[in-house]
Amino acid sequence: MSEHIVSLKTNVSVWLALLVLTGVTAGVAFIDLGPFNTVVALVIATCKALMVVLIFMHVKYASDKMVKVVVISALFFLMLLLGLSLADYATRMLS
Amino acid sequence: MATAAITAERENYLNQEYGIKSWLLTVDHKRIALLYLLSITFFFFIGGFFALLIRLELLTPAGDLVQADTYNKLFTMHGQVMVFFFLIPSIPAVLGNFLVPLMIGAKDLAFPRINLLSWYLYIIAGILMLHCMLTGGVDTGWTFYTPFSTAFSNTKVIEAGLAIFVSGFSSILTGLNFVVTIHRMRAPGMTWDRLPLFIWAHYATSIIQLLGTPVIAVTLVLVVLERALHLGIFDPTRGGDPLLFQHLFWFYSHPAVYIMILPAMGVVSEIVPCFSRKRIFGYNFIAMSSIAIAVFGFLVWAHHMFVAGISLYSALIFSMLSYLVAVPSAVKVFNWTATMHKGSITFSTPMLYAFGFIGLFTMGGLTGLFLAALGIDVHVTDTYFVIAHFHYIMVGGAVMGYLGGMHFWWPKISGRMYPESLGRLAALIVFLGFNLTFFPQFILGYLGMPRRYWQYPPEFQVLNVLSTAGSTILAVGYLLPMVYFLWSMRYGKIAPANPWGASGLEWKTTSPPPTFNFEEPPVVDFEAYDYEHIPAPQEARVGG
Amino acid sequence: MLADSPVAVAHHNPELKHHFADMEQQRDASSLGMWLFLATEVMFFGGMFCAYLIYRLWYFPDFAAASKSLDITLGTVNTAVLICSSLTVVLAVGAAQLGKRQAQVIYLALTLVLGLAFLGIKGVEWTSKFKEHHIPGASFHFEGSIPDHPGQPVDQQHAQIFFSLYFAMTGMHALHMVIGVGIFSYLLYQAWKGRYTPEYHTPLENSGLYWHFVDIIWIYLFPLLYLIDRKK
Repeated sequence: MSEHIVSLKTNVSVWLALLVLTGVTAGVAFIDLGPFNTVVALVIATCKALMVVLIFMHVKYASDKMVKVVVISALFFLMLLLGLSLADYATRMLS
Repeated sequence: MATAAITAERENYLNQEYGIKSWLLTVDHKRIALLYLLSITFFFFIGGFFALLIRLELLTPAGDLVQADTYNKLFTMHGQVMVFFFLIPSIPAVLGNFLVPLMIGAKDLAFPRINLLSWYLYIIAGILMLHCMLTGGVDTGWTFYTPFSTAFSNTKVIEAGLAIFVSGFSSILTGLNFVVTIHRMRAPGMTWDRLPLFIWAHYATSIIQLLGTPVIAVTLVLVVLERALHLGIFDPTRGGDPLLFQHLFWFYSHPAVYIMILPAMGVVSEIVPCFSRKRIFGYNFIAMSSIAIAVFGFLVWAHHMFVAGISLYSALIFSMLSYLVAVPSAVKVFNWTATMHKGSITFSTPMLYAFGFIGLFTMGGLTGLFLAALGIDVHVTDTYFVIAHFHYIMVGGAVMGYLGGMHFWWPKISGRMYPESLGRLAALIVFLGFNLTFFPQFILGYLGMPRRYWQYPPEFQVLNVLSTAGSTILAVGYLLPMVYFLWSMRYGKIAPANPWGASGLEWKTTSPPPTFNFEEPPVVDFEAYDYEHIPAPQEARVGG
Repeated sequence: MLADSPVAVAHHNPELKHHFADMEQQRDASSLGMWLFLATEVMFFGGMFCAYLIYRLWYFPDFAAASKSLDITLGTVNTAVLICSSLTVVLAVGAAQLGKRQAQVIYLALTLVLGLAFLGIKGVEWTSKFKEHHIPGASFHFEGSIPDHPGQPVDQQHAQIFFSLYFAMTGMHALHMVIGVGIFSYLLYQAWKGRYTPEYHTPLENSGLYWHFVDIIWIYLFPLLYLIDRKK
């Protein structure tokens, strides 16, 4: 990891943002947005995850680009698993 | 390099410390490689024993040697042992562990204790597997398809699943160690474009081990839970989808075959330039093709499921991707051939294995294209055609690459030369035995003989007899190196530092190397495969 | 020993392992190693997310009904607990970077308390699931109907698949939490002994990465499992 020291203010701000977003996620679940409920929930979750990865896990400040390569690769291969499996399930009824 | 008289008693990693504790608690990557060598050889013979019984049963059309249920166990355990306990560790855990630090000029891998842990995990997994086999075995096929494995089989599925789960962690840790080592521990001057292709091959292999193995690990967890608790995740009578299991299983198990072949390709990329006395042709293409195989290999898994019930549209996609994945492999074959063109070829034992690899892997690879074609696959899937296809790659390819590598680096590992004429003889026996065993199986499969059947129609007997005859020859070919390698440890000629006149940092240190690999930390200022500037091979010294 | 070249450095940090050239190489290697391990964990949990994704699409109404039976308050509280624990981890690493031993110990202890709180709340949730017969197996039975369709009972098999995945995923997550608690107990002890300094606190950093990762998994598990359809 780099020697960069994240300020207390940044860390606390991220923490508060995460708590607020958690509340929002729970609250929005009770509002009817049709199919977008799931989308909103996942978007918020992704924002939270990004904040944890970039700030708490220091990826934003990492001098070494391998860390970013590893993170992106893992997500890419996960998407492959989910996406190509879904390609089968989504098209079964069509055959 | 020492200029004093080289004797077998100079301090090296083998004689630096004696005693069982110095081996079982070692963190020296070279000793761990030898621990793996012993273990995987043991499992190779276990898997081979099952193969022998299978081939004996198939001498006659009737099921008369063993019962049908027993036969199911034989082919299952042959597959599981060979895949998980021999092929996947073989080259990476033996040759990779030994050579990766040496080739990049490092003192050890990045995480020596994790390296030892990975061996212990392998041993624990092996003990679980042995116990499973001795107390009833498994009969689901190495593929564990549900719902038979989760709801109907009366054999020790859970124990086998756990054994493979643990072996998977061994594999993951090896891959993790290699990636970090290659990124962080290269000697000064060892830039990425100077790395031996063996390193590139292991880097690509490690990517697959890291990203693929966890998926089969969690899948086996789900299978174990389902079987133990009667869940319904993979059981159609309980709302589950058996194809989901197959998707998760093959997501790993297809890339796994690239775990098994990429290291062997790395070995061939080292052997061919050396015994052609020529720089490798197309270094960048071979390096990039290794990465391409690793990535593309994750895109094709459902070609194992064409007739299982996936949608036609996804089958079309996977078929097309399966054609694509053959391209980087073909690139390598072309480049090896171009390396040999106008080279000065020596038909040494390693080179014979490399030739065997190139020819047999090409045949296996081309027959893979037959299988990737949907129409043909409908006809030959689950027949001996598939069995021949993957044995051409796994045995004709990976095992020959492993044997070629063992011969090439044996002087470095042991400090002794093996007897060259016996080596060549064994290589020829292996080649002949292999083809006699497996070529008839292509024909059998095309004619319709299904796989995993313990009896067959009488018209298939001649080909089966040929195949069994071949397997006995192959067995002799495999036993010979065991015998003469052991013999050489006591009676073989003392090996110089570089008996083959090969390029690479590992040849710049003594045979065997000292515990910390190099007397002086190396600095690299030369390109890889710099054969114009490398002197001809030294004669092996007479001694011992 | 060949480990030290003739021009050996006059003083090694005692934490430097012999096969590394210097502390920076060791730290970079350890960090990359932990990130690669986390990548394997992404794929490990990913397999279960894949199974979950398929069945949620197939059996959405039954999954929605089953999801509603989970306690949203406890789930939200647990999410907040983990988020707080990620903050305490970050503060512990920060304290080590600044050489503050006592602060390290306090923040690590708080992390442990929060981690154990999470596990405790999980235990409460699972116990109530047990009482409601929602644990998959022989005694599984799900009372209820599809949301918005009071006449339509929930399919027992589909509901059982939901709960199989619920317990598999939260169980695997909890197992990772338990391992994390074990690791952080060890770190707490070492920090109390003063082992982590501005020059060397790699185990804290890397264990922190692990802890944050486990937090991220929960960040996704919470909406996917608890909030499928709370509108009705």
